[in-house]
Amino acid sequence: MAADPIVTIAGLNKWFGEFHVLRDIDLAVPRGARIVICGPSGSGKSTLIRCINALEEFQEGRITVDGIELGPGLRRVDEVRREVGMVFQSFNLFPHLTVLQNCTLAPIFVRKMPQKDAEALAMKYLERVRIPSLAPKYPGQISGGQQQRVAIARALAMSPKIMLFDEPTSALDPEMVKEVLDTMVDLATEGMTMLVVTHEMGFAREVASRVVFMDEGQIVEANTPGQFFDHPQHARTRLFLSQILR
Amino acid sequence: MTGEARKAPFRPLARLKRIGGARASWSGLAAQAVLLAVLAWLAYEMVANVRANLAAQGIASGFGFLTHSAGFAVSQALIPYEQTDSYLRVFAVGLVNTLVVSAIGIVLATILGFVVGLGRLSPNWLLARLAGGYVELIRNLPLLYQILFWYLAVLGALPGPRQSLSPLPGVFLSNRGIVVPEPVPQASFAIVAAALALGIVIALGLGFYARRTLFRQGRVVRVWPYALAAVIGLPLAIALLFGAPLTFDVPELRGFNFAGGVRLLPEFAALTIALSTYTAAFIAENVRSGVLAVSRGQWEAGESLGLSRGQLLRLIVVPQALRVTLPPLANQYLNLTKNSSLAVAIGYPDLFSVFAGTALSQTGQAIEIIAITMAVYLAISLVTTTIMNVFNWRVARRGQA
Repeated sequence: MAADPIVTIAGLNKWFGEFHVLRDIDLAVPRGARIVICGPSGSGKSTLIRCINALEEFQEGRITVDGIELGPGLRRVDEVRREVGMVFQSFNLFPHLTVLQNCTLAPIFVRKMPQKDAEALAMKYLERVRIPSLAPKYPGQISGGQQQRVAIARALAMSPKIMLFDEPTSALDPEMVKEVLDTMVDLATEGMTMLVVTHEMGFAREVASRVVFMDEGQIVEANTPGQFFDHPQHARTRLFLSQILR
Repeated sequence: MTGEARKAPFRPLARLKRIGGARASWSGLAAQAVLLAVLAWLAYEMVANVRANLAAQGIASGFGFLTHSAGFAVSQALIPYEQTDSYLRVFAVGLVNTLVVSAIGIVLATILGFVVGLGRLSPNWLLARLAGGYVELIRNLPLLYQILFWYLAVLGALPGPRQSLSPLPGVFLSNRGIVVPEPVPQASFAIVAAALALGIVIALGLGFYARRTLFRQGRVVRVWPYALAAVIGLPLAIALLFGAPLTFDVPELRGFNFAGGVRLLPEFAALTIALSTYTAAFIAENVRSGVLAVSRGQWEAGESLGLSRGQLLRLIVVPQALRVTLPPLANQYLNLTKNSSLAVAIGYPDLFSVFAGTALSQTGQAIEIIAITMAVYLAISLVTTTIMNVFNWRVARRGQA
């Protein structure tokens, strides 16, 4: 995969107080790649993707997103955030707004789109995640899986070039995991660049172009799903896989 | 699967028990009945006792005094009032004065409270410290002290009418109070007001129509230009046709005082400023706790969509913070209204001062006057509470995600 990288992370180091949470991370994400990041809890995987849209500051290193550089001190934050969509573990829909308003808010106020166009755009993405009929409902009135699909539509409505998913299915009932994963598979098929933190190894095997395994703030191993699952190189990776695949 | 959903069984006795308390036993319900009987007996004894005592001392009772002439002047009457008017009129004048101070105080306190509360959470170090200092200074000093401070130290120190300050044309500040131009309704006032009301109704109807079309047919209709035309254009057209609805009577200095315009008493100004700045400090804390109650995830979701901090506060955080802020806000409104009775300290003629003060000492009919005053404050408070409950219900009703 020699295509030009849309996200480049070089020498990234981050501390929470004294705790060294990310250590010398280097990662290049080619345009259209689907990167699945896995690892034990506390390994820094969520923190890593949160650095990409500047929800977290970092102390050393450089992140370049589609030619926009983020250094320590977080300049050009807004430009980067407009390129990057984020889906959270706990959905974080705005509970006081309807599903439709959740999806039109940022296009109207950030992209300065006329309300009419924003609503048409939002309906397009709600159809794409297959829940257009929920547009007038409030988040509290719909299921967790539906909420997460609205969250995906909300992020897509900003036409991002990259989508970040922070454990998008971890807070869902087992029955609802599939509907969210299906939506993500659709998105991958359409060529979206995705960075996904998840424990859904089936999704990783099926969709990922590359699987990254992190432990104690470092990238231990990064490989194609075939190599990663069938011929893990490191003892730590083998231990992790033996514990989650049974 | 076993059968269809069915209704809960009908058990009236169990329901009666639940009204008396979810876990009440029959003996517990009996105890409640006994307590109720004792309270009723106490109330009866009190009323009988008072009647007997009043009769023994020869004090008149009943509400006949309300029609007698009051015979004293009131320094601020927003409805027509003469010394020869009745006590009922005095009551009305005082009530209007209380309501005006409370209403203006509530509006100002809310605005200032939100500004200070949000300011205290600002990432701007100086702004946050200033807001914090304001809250700690104001809420830790007695309200009576603050009223006297504004009345004696600030407004009392202003120059006389002939040297008065004029911050805006037609507005004069002096130790006699604040004089502003008086709006005078003209012949076309009623018809322009009606046009404005009609315009608002049309705009609301258009908004409702637009929402319905969007959700029923998935079609966006652009109605806001028509709504704007209805609200602004309609009254404007009527005003052009029938003449301006209001003219302003601008005050002028004549001799040692002002003629024309509306004069706001220094007592009124001091009371309004003190009540609103004092209550704002408490409202600021309510706003702050409301904002802090909005989860970190909401901020992050807004940030990751690229919203600016101002947009985040206005569109995401404050609307949700209101759910936490509104119930204690109602408390602050009640406190402000009740605290307005401290007007008596600086001689602002509020209900308490003219009715439970002057009128009471002149007539001696303490029981009736105190009862009426109590009923009025209770009524104002209950109306405020009801309005706030309805508003709160509307805010809270929206999703609980």
